[in-house]
Amino acid sequence: MSVRPGPQPLNLFVSYLDLLKLASPEAIIVLIALAVLTIGLTGDRSRTFPGIVAVVGIVIAIWTTMRLPQHANLFGGMLVISPLNSLFKIVCLALALATVPLAVSEKSMRNPGEYLAMLLLGTVGLLLLVGSEELLMIFIGLEVLGLSLYVMAAFDKTDARSAEAGLKYFLFGSTASAFTLFGISLVYGISGTTALNVIGLKLAMGSIPPLFAVGIVMTLIGFAFKIAAAPFHLWAPDVYQGAPIPSAAFIASGSKVAAFVVLGKIVLVGFAPAHGNAAWHSMLPGWSPILAALAALSILLGNFVALAQTNVRRLLAYSAVAHAGYTLLGLVAGGREGFSATLFYTTIYALTLIGAFAVVGIVKRETGGDDFQNFAGLASRSPFSAACMSVFMLSLAGLPPLAGFFGKFYLFSAAFRAGGNHGLLWLVVVALFGSFVSLYYYLNVLKAIFVDKNASETRHSSPGTHRFVANATIAVLAASVVLLGVLPDALAEAIAKSVP
Amino acid sequence: MIAWTIYLTFAGAVIVLLLPRAFARWIALLAATAGFVVTLVTFFRPDVDLGHFTTVVRVPWIPALGMNYHLALDGISLTLILVTGLAAISAILFSWDVSERAKEFFFWLLLVVGGSYGVFLSADLFLLFLFYELVIVPKYFLIAIFGSTNKEYGAMKLTLYSFFGGALVFLGVIAAYVAGGSFDINQLSQFQFPSQLQWWAFPVLFLGFAVLAGIWPLHTWAPTGHVAAPTAGSMLLAGIVMKLGAYAALRVAMNLFPEGFRMWRTTFAVLAVIGIVYAAAVALRQRDLKFVIGYSSVSHMGFVLLGLTTANVFGVSGAVLQMFSHGVIGALLFAVAGTMIYRRTHTRDLDALAAMNLRRALPFAAFTFVVASAASMGIPGFSGFAAEITILIGVWKAYPAAVWVVGAGMVLVAAFTLRALKRSFFDDGLGSAALSAAAPGLSAGKISESSRDGRAALAPITVPEKVGAALLMFATVAVGFYPKILLDRIQPAVEAMRFLR
Repeated sequence: MSVRPGPQPLNLFVSYLDLLKLASPEAIIVLIALAVLTIGLTGDRSRTFPGIVAVVGIVIAIWTTMRLPQHANLFGGMLVISPLNSLFKIVCLALALATVPLAVSEKSMRNPGEYLAMLLLGTVGLLLLVGSEELLMIFIGLEVLGLSLYVMAAFDKTDARSAEAGLKYFLFGSTASAFTLFGISLVYGISGTTALNVIGLKLAMGSIPPLFAVGIVMTLIGFAFKIAAAPFHLWAPDVYQGAPIPSAAFIASGSKVAAFVVLGKIVLVGFAPAHGNAAWHSMLPGWSPILAALAALSILLGNFVALAQTNVRRLLAYSAVAHAGYTLLGLVAGGREGFSATLFYTTIYALTLIGAFAVVGIVKRETGGDDFQNFAGLASRSPFSAACMSVFMLSLAGLPPLAGFFGKFYLFSAAFRAGGNHGLLWLVVVALFGSFVSLYYYLNVLKAIFVDKNASETRHSSPGTHRFVANATIAVLAASVVLLGVLPDALAEAIAKSVP
Repeated sequence: MIAWTIYLTFAGAVIVLLLPRAFARWIALLAATAGFVVTLVTFFRPDVDLGHFTTVVRVPWIPALGMNYHLALDGISLTLILVTGLAAISAILFSWDVSERAKEFFFWLLLVVGGSYGVFLSADLFLLFLFYELVIVPKYFLIAIFGSTNKEYGAMKLTLYSFFGGALVFLGVIAAYVAGGSFDINQLSQFQFPSQLQWWAFPVLFLGFAVLAGIWPLHTWAPTGHVAAPTAGSMLLAGIVMKLGAYAALRVAMNLFPEGFRMWRTTFAVLAVIGIVYAAAVALRQRDLKFVIGYSSVSHMGFVLLGLTTANVFGVSGAVLQMFSHGVIGALLFAVAGTMIYRRTHTRDLDALAAMNLRRALPFAAFTFVVASAASMGIPGFSGFAAEITILIGVWKAYPAAVWVVGAGMVLVAAFTLRALKRSFFDDGLGSAALSAAAPGLSAGKISESSRDGRAALAPITVPEKVGAALLMFATVAVGFYPKILLDRIQPAVEAMRFLR
């Protein structure tokens, strides 16, 4: 089970039992997805039972992931088990776990069994993406994930916006996939392999042909779409606003985390020799100036457009564009520290965003909308969700003692340190400026919640159990955002240790 | 032991949220008093080394990046902690009648106080920055929810200015950390940073902090913020928050980058002098009493910044003393304007007040305002005099020309203070009745009525108000008569700083 350089025939004499053991998290999730689907088909329309099955299944999958061996490598990188991959499999599973209660408490969801099955299949896509260091398998993971997400985005058949979101996401997504596939094919054509580490070795030996540069750009486009970096973000506002809330939360969290993990591995391992230089005075062609440009553009565009939004979900979408920009800073900086900072930031960002969407879900159920005026007076209606929402918003703005503050500090100091003689100072300044701008619109959300008077009357309060599930979810998420801000060491060190 | 100021205040904030509303103000008062008592005990203990930034607590916090939970104490931070405690107690006493959303109010208030204690005690750069940013958001809610005139605008402006300063500080902190390889302020202050880094990192860091100290031309948040804030908010802003900026500029920017400080200090001295004169001149033209005091705060903080830029023991010690002095006086002035006057008359317009004959209606308020004004003008016997004279001695050594300009500024300060004092309390009420007829909501008949039997119309000054005012008046007189009690503790700590050597 070691690195096999070159396109030699793969060793297929793997015991299937071993394979099943190493792929057990994925296998369990697939089984649970089928089970949930069956429960849904039997006509039981209750939302709770499939939800419980899904939660139990995901918990079992997390447990098995923890029991995987430290290192394993199957089929030339197609399935790789390493501390980093296992850690992020757990993170992805945890994010899916946090999304399940959102789906269960979503009232308009008519076929909870089907929906949860799609969610779980999407989670399999995440696991495949995170667990692979080989371009073909990464592409398959992307597609498995993408197909589930398209369905999830369009799931609310009673809402035209949801259909629009699904269609937009599908059209943009499939185009981006085509770019990625084309890029991968060029990379394969030049290097003769699809295993990332072998690509890296081959590139390091000779000079980099121009066609390979085309391959890099094409591949990056596909990922820029997934992480919603400008100018490939156009789908994000409509999907975040139109898709059912759990789908939007899952697209904004799990899908993004996995995309960043894989993007990091591709650029830092596979394309490492084509790093280039993004420092202000010594720019060299490579992927890092491309990512730096994407980051700067995302930060500026995302923050400025978010200023004008009056719908909280659209605002979250543009802020997501900006946050994709911040997160890219770590990859531009490169190295262990930069990658760790990116992974830390994207993880806490995902947690925060699921929480924010959960609060949006509560408000939407109670007032029938998710504009600023629907949030007005939330503090007096429901102090608990108001407090949690302020935790999420202020963490996104990067204020202490919340996780976003430490995450930004980690990222920006990594970027500042990289690229000798403070070459990335320009990018750090752009990011700081962006986060300064961002405080205004996050505070506007909080102003609506805490200062504005209760304008919209409450239409209906949700039934007790669903309300309890939703409240428990946001409580856990808000607590973890605070905890990761006060004691970030637990996660930061786990990530730093696992990054090779 | 001094670390308990932080813990007690934050614990108080949490308990306020958990217990019923009736207890909120008592718990807040208890937490603030406990913190103040802890400070006093430390203040009078002979065995505490105040000449060096001595570690109080040091626990590894985020070892992966070298951050420690590290608190330390010297004479400078002790002085500021003392004024924080004073301002906190009196601010709570002056908001004794807050009834709507009282739990939230005292929660945010205690967060501001606790965060400020944290800034003054932090010996770890990251921790200091964390506390520094922690104070921003509570201020926003305190003003936007509980404020008065144009509160949402004032709150947002103040918050964005603070956060802008915070972004500059962020950059400076990262630069210091990456170049110096540590967050320990004592270690970093021994580290020789490259000149090129100091050249750009010092102004970034200093300006970032000085935004909060109201440096001209980034001072405009202060008057609007003070006016919009509730009384306790203005008192905390003037009493504590503006000191955060000045303190951190001294502790971090000047201490870490002495070479950059030397390159830039004249520029900042010029800005400080402009701030003193400009703000005083603007205050002379204000009609709103709180705007007058808001601009006077900017002017007084200009003295602090000027004192810092002198780079000698007198100037810097005087600046620290002025931080204490203005913290007390500013809080007192805002207390009179916000609670004693505005809460009762519902106007702060000087012309309208002139017609009310408040001297008779509110004699205690008049007395307090006279004391505060005298202290603010720098009359000998009050803390303002002791501080400003020490600063001016320092300025005379460093920038003799500036003394003349600042002298003119002090005359302006006296002018606008006396004008506000006369108009608000000591006008006869007849000459300006015609003027005040233009003031909104006050018909001429109502005015004459209120001036005839104003004593009946206005609620008397309550006991908590009297206690709070007495506390602050005692502080300014005590330090005015015996400034040595603070200077003896400040000076050794200033002398230990690197930029003086």
